[in-house]
Amino acid sequence: MRTRPFASGSLAGSRMLALGICAALGACSGKPAGEHASTPAISPPAAASARQANHAADPAPGLTAPDATQKAAFAPPPENAIPEGPYGDVVRLGRAIFTHTRENAGAYVGNGLNCSNCHLDAGRLADSAPLWGAWGMYPAYRKKNGHVNSYGERLQGCFMYSMNGKAPPLDSKELIALETYSYWMAKGAPAGTKLPGAGYPDVPRPARAPDFARGKAVFESRCALCHGADGQGRKVAGNYVFPPLWGPDSFNWGAGMHNVGTAAGFIKANMPFSRGGRLSDQDAWDVAMYMDGHERPQDPRFNGNVAATRKAFHDDPDSLYGTEVDGHRLGSQPLKK
Amino acid sequence: MRLAGCFIRFAGLSAGVLLGWPSPAVAVDASTIATQGNGRGAAACASCHGADGAGQASSGFPRLAGLNGAYLRKQLDDFANGSRENAVMKPIATALDAGERQSIAEYYARLSPPRSRVASAAAGPKADSAGALLATRGRWSRQIPGCDQCHGPGGVGVGEHFPPLSGQSDVYIRNQLTAWKQGTRHNDPLDLMKHLSAALDDNDVKEVSAWYAAQPLHDAGATP
Repeated sequence: MRTRPFASGSLAGSRMLALGICAALGACSGKPAGEHASTPAISPPAAASARQANHAADPAPGLTAPDATQKAAFAPPPENAIPEGPYGDVVRLGRAIFTHTRENAGAYVGNGLNCSNCHLDAGRLADSAPLWGAWGMYPAYRKKNGHVNSYGERLQGCFMYSMNGKAPPLDSKELIALETYSYWMAKGAPAGTKLPGAGYPDVPRPARAPDFARGKAVFESRCALCHGADGQGRKVAGNYVFPPLWGPDSFNWGAGMHNVGTAAGFIKANMPFSRGGRLSDQDAWDVAMYMDGHERPQDPRFNGNVAATRKAFHDDPDSLYGTEVDGHRLGSQPLKK
Repeated sequence: MRLAGCFIRFAGLSAGVLLGWPSPAVAVDASTIATQGNGRGAAACASCHGADGAGQASSGFPRLAGLNGAYLRKQLDDFANGSRENAVMKPIATALDAGERQSIAEYYARLSPPRSRVASAAAGPKADSAGALLATRGRWSRQIPGCDQCHGPGGVGVGEHFPPLSGQSDVYIRNQLTAWKQGTRHNDPLDLMKHLSAALDDNDVKEVSAWYAAQPLHDAGATP
């Protein structure tokens, strides 16, 4: 699998996640393909040595999951390296927002997700849109809004779409904490370079077009265990343990994860949870199509007409918004809480 | 409670008849099985799991009170069919008919989590201990999520597939992780515990078991 850290153009940037949930950055780190076309890819020797370094840190490589060799690359500093003092405090606040988003940034969250649902291991995991892979890629031009975005503005998009909420002000403590956490995590990573493991992998388009019915079968056998037969996740004491994949508490139609290709990348690399890399490409695309073929909250850019909104913001074969799936025109009955 | 028990017993028998299960010669209700056994080879549950279903920490007999009923039913079935190997439970589960397994599972699911198993968090491992980190954050370099990410915050348990870890003893949790590692327990969905336990060494098992054994057990107990 090749990574495409910043993938997809019309998708919102975030790629949410299917299973976990997500929110932010990397996922949020989706950028239109080609935006960084001039960026040289990291050289194979560098990539190989990064993977070796990663393995060297592994206590027992012999037991490593088969897909683990796909991960890797840049190794963020260990969490116990967060310093004491006021700077470290803000790094820790950023991490707390990332993993418990509603509890720590509730004013800007409109659903049941956490950033860490789609950016696993608190935003550290390769191929799960890690923060260390996103930090050095901004400022960047994004087709999604037609101008150069700062990293902070990119994070605002995560809140508006993946979290179905409101954009925290650029100088808010929440955004500054998330930026600080990202900066801390990216220590030593080269800026302006697409690193191996950044973003979600680009899963080759399968032989057969993604199919709702086949996706349903995959969902029922591999995903419903945690996300429920209805895809609505599972709560304990009012908070989701397993995130809802569609419906009123999930990401909205503007989120990157609503793009079938983006979702296939996340799912292929990371799902079932802790068992990533085991679904076939076909299954990953099919189940991504099944997840993204369900109704969810409206795109906040909705202009009053589904077809016109599709034309303006979803003119992409991998967006199902405004198309008819399983007898329903997606986006026509958006869900609210 | 008595009425409910009767109803469940009746429902179990009815289901047994409909599904063609052999009718028990003597129908034994759940509270009798729990305290006296069923008279056909299944010993009283309480003799090992305690009168209140709290289990026995030192011997590794797990708490049953407040666990999800569907989870408990599946475990009884799996003891009988061998996908969860256990020399003590196999003959007991085998001696219970399907209706009895269902009613005893529901009986323990309805019991309140035992006060006697409420642990003192103050006495447990520190929040930055190796066990705590495994429990809450996992070790993603080995594809291990935090245990809490499926078993719920504090290991409170989530639904029928992810039983509570809080309120179970150090010995029991260690025994289960070891059983998955060795393959004597292989009734986990999607091989989740097989793959996770394989990536844990003996010290990891010890640390994470100690962590959960010290977690407070709330009244809400097991399942949401």
